[in-house]
Amino acid sequence: MVRSDVQLMLGVKQGDELSFELLLQRYRRPLCHFLNRMVRDAAQAEDLAQEVFLRVYRARRDYEPSAKFTTWLFRIATNLALNALRDGRHRQAEISLDAPAEGEDGSERTVEVADGAPIVEQQLVERDRVAVVRRAIQALPEKQRAAVLLHKYQEMDYDEIARILGCSVSALKSLLFRAYETLRVELAPLVAPEASGPSPRETSEGRQP
Amino acid sequence: MKCEQMESQLIGYLDGRVTVRERREVEQHLAACADCRARVAGFRGVWKVLEETPAAEPSAWFDARLRQRIAEEPAPGVWARVAQWLPQRRLALASLMLIAVGFWAATLTHPRMPAPTPNGVEMSQDQNFRMIKNMQVLENYDVLKDLSAPSGVQGD
Repeated sequence: MVRSDVQLMLGVKQGDELSFELLLQRYRRPLCHFLNRMVRDAAQAEDLAQEVFLRVYRARRDYEPSAKFTTWLFRIATNLALNALRDGRHRQAEISLDAPAEGEDGSERTVEVADGAPIVEQQLVERDRVAVVRRAIQALPEKQRAAVLLHKYQEMDYDEIARILGCSVSALKSLLFRAYETLRVELAPLVAPEASGPSPRETSEGRQP
Repeated sequence: MKCEQMESQLIGYLDGRVTVRERREVEQHLAACADCRARVAGFRGVWKVLEETPAAEPSAWFDARLRQRIAEEPAPGVWARVAQWLPQRRLALASLMLIAVGFWAATLTHPRMPAPTPNGVEMSQDQNFRMIKNMQVLENYDVLKDLSAPSGVQGD
């Protein structure tokens, strides 16, 4: 029988290491994906994901199953990411302007060229596509970004996302609407024509009062 | 419904998390508003693009590094270890409080000894004296002497 998150966490509280391993197996990927999309640097995202698990481990003795486990887990992750982004902004202000350009994952930007031209081209197109989406998500205000990631990738319900972000459900819907509205414009070149319909800028005259 | 109201309804509509009435209202508006129809199509397109975009996977050494960090955590203090043995810390605390209240209640039912007064020692001596004075056996020592002597054996 599959043990629930709460049952596993209560096991961790009693000092059962296997329960912690199982929680790690269950949430390592979703947490890493979430943090990877939240912060710019891949190494930093992984470091933050580890910090989330470390905080869960540290808090094990005081754990009370009062809220859903995922709400608690992603709340820790969101707060850590928002703090890291805030600290990053402060540090960035001190970095000199002649620092080398960096790729999306924080590493120095390089383009690999090989002989198999069609495959490489396809990879480059795919890589560009991923980079465009990443940049568009990164450009969103931090709270909108977290809302989109939790809504689209973690497929959480509105109540849970609102609890994680510390806002009302109606405020969350508004955040999501504004975020997707921005992404609709930014990602228009990637969206299939039949899906996107007429360009957002072309249809303004059709707006209802 | 106006375009502005779509801000609170559109996400729920696209997720299929609206009531039948809300759904009908949104669809009525969409039938009349090309701008919002484009928005709906655009949002669906964005969602598809987002779903198709992969994220970086955790590194192969993620678990090993985490285990190392956990191993480096300071050991819990004495009280934390004691608390770990208690199955329910709140229950234990409640039990302790109950015992404390029990002791307090016991002191209420049994009146305390009177506080010592300046002549407390004299009063105590007086009480002892009266008690001794009332003991007839001590007042009438000869009776005691007669009783203790066996009938067949007389003293000199």
